[in-house]
Amino acid sequence: MSAADLWKLSASALAARVRGGATAAQAAEAGFEGPARLWEPDVHAVAHTDADARAASARGAGDGPLAGVPMLLKDNICTTDYPTTCGSKILAGYRPPYDATAVKRLRAAGAVVIGKGNMDEFAMGSSTEYSAYGPTRNPYDLARVPGGSSGGPAAAVAYGLCPIALGSDTGGSVRQPAAFCGVFGLKPTYGRISRYGLVAFGSSLDQIGIFARHAGDVALAYSVLAGPDPYDATTREGAAPDVSGWESGVDGLSFGWPENLWKEGVEPEVIEGLESAAAWLERAGATRVRFDFLPGEYAVATYYLVATAEASSNLARFDGVRYGFRHEDSVDLRALYTRTRSAGFGPEVQRRILLGTYALSAGYYDAYYLTAQRARSRIRREYQDAFARCDFMLLPAAPTLPFRLGEKTEDPLAMYLSDIFTIGANLAGIPGLSVPVGLSGSGLPRAVQLLGAEDSEPTLLRAGRAIEMKGEKSRFDRRHESEFAWPTKR
Amino acid sequence: MAITRDEVKRIAELARLEIPEAKLERLAGELSKVLDFAATLNRLDLAGLEPSQFAPPDAPLREDAVNGRRLSREAALAAAPEREDGFFRVPPVVENLNP
Repeated sequence: MSAADLWKLSASALAARVRGGATAAQAAEAGFEGPARLWEPDVHAVAHTDADARAASARGAGDGPLAGVPMLLKDNICTTDYPTTCGSKILAGYRPPYDATAVKRLRAAGAVVIGKGNMDEFAMGSSTEYSAYGPTRNPYDLARVPGGSSGGPAAAVAYGLCPIALGSDTGGSVRQPAAFCGVFGLKPTYGRISRYGLVAFGSSLDQIGIFARHAGDVALAYSVLAGPDPYDATTREGAAPDVSGWESGVDGLSFGWPENLWKEGVEPEVIEGLESAAAWLERAGATRVRFDFLPGEYAVATYYLVATAEASSNLARFDGVRYGFRHEDSVDLRALYTRTRSAGFGPEVQRRILLGTYALSAGYYDAYYLTAQRARSRIRREYQDAFARCDFMLLPAAPTLPFRLGEKTEDPLAMYLSDIFTIGANLAGIPGLSVPVGLSGSGLPRAVQLLGAEDSEPTLLRAGRAIEMKGEKSRFDRRHESEFAWPTKR
Repeated sequence: MAITRDEVKRIAELARLEIPEAKLERLAGELSKVLDFAATLNRLDLAGLEPSQFAPPDAPLREDAVNGRRLSREAALAAAPEREDGFFRVPPVVENLNP
C-alpha cells in the first residue's frame, strides 16, 4: 500500500504500520491529500486546522498504541495547538493555555491531533446547523445534515479524513451523528473519560465520546482514554473496564427488545435496520428478551430542564473579561457582560440559557427543576430494572434517517425530539454505542443503538462487533476487518 | 403553562442577555412550547423519589494540597481581550466617578 492510501486503514492497522516504519507525518497528511480534497470543501467537517501544527504534532508523536493515528477533535475539547471555539462567536480565536486530559492521553499514546471538528454552538443542537462557522453537511447526501452536535468529527471519520475522532455527548451528540454518518459512536459511562478541558455544557450529563469506522478502533481509543483523573472529581476511581475482548462474540448474552418504543414516530428504514441487527445478534448466539420500556418523551422533557439549567450556570463564565470575544462599545461592566453575551451567543444558545434560567428562577424551581431531577431518578431506576432482565438493550439511535438542512431549524422542539432515543443514557449515566447497519435503499446510513448498565462497554463492543460482522461468528476475530460503506460523491 | 413576553424580558435580564423587542413575542412562544412539553412529566409517577444528585455520594475526596501544576499569570492573561499591568482590564464597575 502506498502512503497515499494510508487513510483507508483502520487506526490499529495504521498504528502498526507507523511502528513498522511509515512516518506519522505521512499518516496524518494522507487524509488531507486524499479524501479531504474531494469532500472537505462541500462537507465542512473541520473548523480549525493548520499544516504547521499538524507537522509539529506528528514530529512529537511517540510509539504508543495510537502511534501516528491522526485524530480530529470536537472544537469544545481544549488544545494548545489549535483554537477552541465551541462553534461560537463568543470564543472566536480563543487558544486554551492547556490540553484537556483526553488530549494529553491521546498524545502520550502516539496520536496526532490534526485539527478541530465543527459542531453546533456549545454542543446545543442535533444537526450541526447551529455552528457560528457555517453548517457541516452529510457526505452521503450533501443536502442532508450529519447530525449533531458533533457533526464535524462524525462526517470526517465517514469520508476518510481520519480513522478516529472525538466528540462530546450530553444528550446524544456522539451517537446521533455517528448514526447519521454511518460510523460507530460510543458515549462511555459517566465518569469514565475525564471532562477536564471539555468546555462544560451540562456537567452532570457531558461525556467525551469516540467515533470510528470499526468496532475494534473504538475499543482501542477507549482503552487509551478511560480512567481516573485527579483534575475531574467526577471520574470513577479504579481501572476502567477491559475492552480487549471486543471480538469475543455474544454467545449466551441476552438483548432487550423494547418494541413499544418504535410503534409510532419511527421511520420504516430505521425499523428495518433494527430487525437486521436483531437477526444478526441471534445468529451469533444472543437471545432476544421482549419487554416494554418507558417512552422517550419523558427523558426529553427531563433533559430540557436539567441540561438547560446546568448550561445557564456553566455559560455564565462567558462575559468578555478573560478570553474570547468582547463587545467594544460598553460604558460599564454590566453593559459589557450583556452586550458581549447578546452579540456573542447565537439564537439557540440564548434560547437554552433563557429556558434554564427560567427553570431555576424563584417561583419555578420546584415545579420545573426539582420535578425534573425526581423524574431523572425514575428514569435511572427504569434502566436498572431493564438491565436486571437483559445484558444490553437494542433500540434506534434516532427516529429518522438523516434529515434535510433547514428541516428542523425553525422548530426547536422538533429538533429536540430527534434525540428521543439517546437522551435517557445521559440522564442515567450509562454507556451507549451507535452501530452502523449499512445503507438504506436511498443510500443513507442506517444505525442501531446499544445501551447497557454502567461499565458495560465491554459487552456493548462485543455486540457492536457481532453486528459489524453481520452475525458471522467465524469472522469475529481481529484479523477480519469489516468492509466500510464509503460515501460516493453525488 | 405559557411564559409571557414580560417574563422573557425579566429572565433575559437575569441571564445578562438583551433580547430585541421584535423577537420577544416569538421567543415567548418557543419557550412556552418547550415548557408545555415539559409538563408531560406531571403524568409520571414520582411518588417516593428523591431528586437525583449531581455528585455521586461516594465521590472521592482529595487532600487539600497544592500539587505544583499551575497556570502562570502570563498564560492566564494571554487570551484576555484587554489587559494592563498583569490584570484583566474592564470598563468602570461604578459609573461616572468623575463629576
